[in-house]
Amino acid sequence: MSKFKKKAEVKQEIPTSSMPDVVFMLLFFFMVTTEMRETTIEVKQQIPQATQLRKLMRKGLVANLYIGEPTKTQQYGKEAKIQANDAFIDTKDVIRWVNEEKAKLDEVERDQLTVSLKVDKETKRGIIADVETELRKANARKLLYSTIEERLED
Amino acid sequence: MARATPDIPNASMADIAFLLLTFFLVTTTMPNNKGLSIALPPPPEATPPEDVKIQERNMFKIQINSSDALLVEGEPREDVTGLKEEIKKFILNNGKDPASSDNPEKAIVSFKTDRGTSHKRFIELLDIVQGAYYDIYADQAGVTNAEFREAASDLTVPRNKAIYEKGRAGIPLNISIADPTKAGGN
Repeated sequence: MSKFKKKAEVKQEIPTSSMPDVVFMLLFFFMVTTEMRETTIEVKQQIPQATQLRKLMRKGLVANLYIGEPTKTQQYGKEAKIQANDAFIDTKDVIRWVNEEKAKLDEVERDQLTVSLKVDKETKRGIIADVETELRKANARKLLYSTIEERLED
Repeated sequence: MARATPDIPNASMADIAFLLLTFFLVTTTMPNNKGLSIALPPPPEATPPEDVKIQERNMFKIQINSSDALLVEGEPREDVTGLKEEIKKFILNNGKDPASSDNPEKAIVSFKTDRGTSHKRFIELLDIVQGAYYDIYADQAGVTNAEFREAASDLTVPRNKAIYEKGRAGIPLNISIADPTKAGGN
C-alpha cells in the first residue's frame, strides 16, 4: 500500500496573474488590425488563388466591386450579380458608380483610382468582360483581380 | 499614520478584457488588398480601329473555351506545367527561332477567353503569364520575383523605382486580353 502513498504536495495551479496582460496584448493586436465591414456582401465570395500577387498600397484609392452568385438565390436567382457598396447594380450603372467613387477622391488623385474586382471562382468571364468594358468607358483603367496568395510548394 | 490603501479591484479586469477581445475577434476582417494587377486598354471609341499588322510569330496565343479547355498556339493542352517556361522562351527569343518572337518589345501574349470560361481558370492562366513576365523582370533587375513585385507595389520609394525601371527596360508587359467569344452563352 505504501506504493500508492500520496505524492508530495505539489502546487498544481496555473499562474493567472499575467492572464490580463496576455489578453490585453491580444486585444490591442485585434483593435489595431481590425476594420469594420462597411458592407454586407450578398454574393458568393470564394476568391481564386494565384501566386504573382501585387499589393495595393493606398487603401483610399481602392474601390471594391463584388461579383458572384447571390447568396440568397431564392430571392435574386442564380445568375451572377454585381454588388457595389450595399446594392446590386446593373452593368450599365458601373460608369455612374465609378464617377461616384471618383468624386470621393481628391481631384489630383482621381485618375489613380484602382478598381478591385472581388470575383467568385465560379463566375463566368462574360459578366466580368462586360464590367471591364464599362470600366474602360468610365476611364477607370487600373484593375486588380483580387486573389488569395497560393503557397508555392518547393 | 495608517492610510487606507486605495485598491482598484482587478479580479474582473481579465473578464472585461476577454469580452472586448471577443468582440474584436468576431467583428474583425483581415483586409485583403492583394491580387493580380492589370491595366485596361483605353475606351473602345477613343482608339479608331487601326489595321495593325502583327506578325504571327510575335503572337503567343492562349485560348480558353467555355468548358475551360485550353488551346496554346493552336494546340490543345491538358495541363499547364511548363507553360511559363515556354512563354519566357517566346518573349526572350530575340529572333533566334524564326517561328518565335522578333524581340521582347514586339512579343505579345494574346489571351482569349469565352463568355462561359470560369474566373478561376482565367486567373490561373493570367497568373502564369504574369509570372513569366515578372520572372524576366526580376532576372533583369537582379532580384527575386517576390522582391520585384514588392518593389513594383510601391514606386514612391526611389530604390523601388530603380529596381522597377531596370527590370522593365526594353520589355513591355504585352498581355492582350481580347473580348470574349460568345460560344458559351451567358
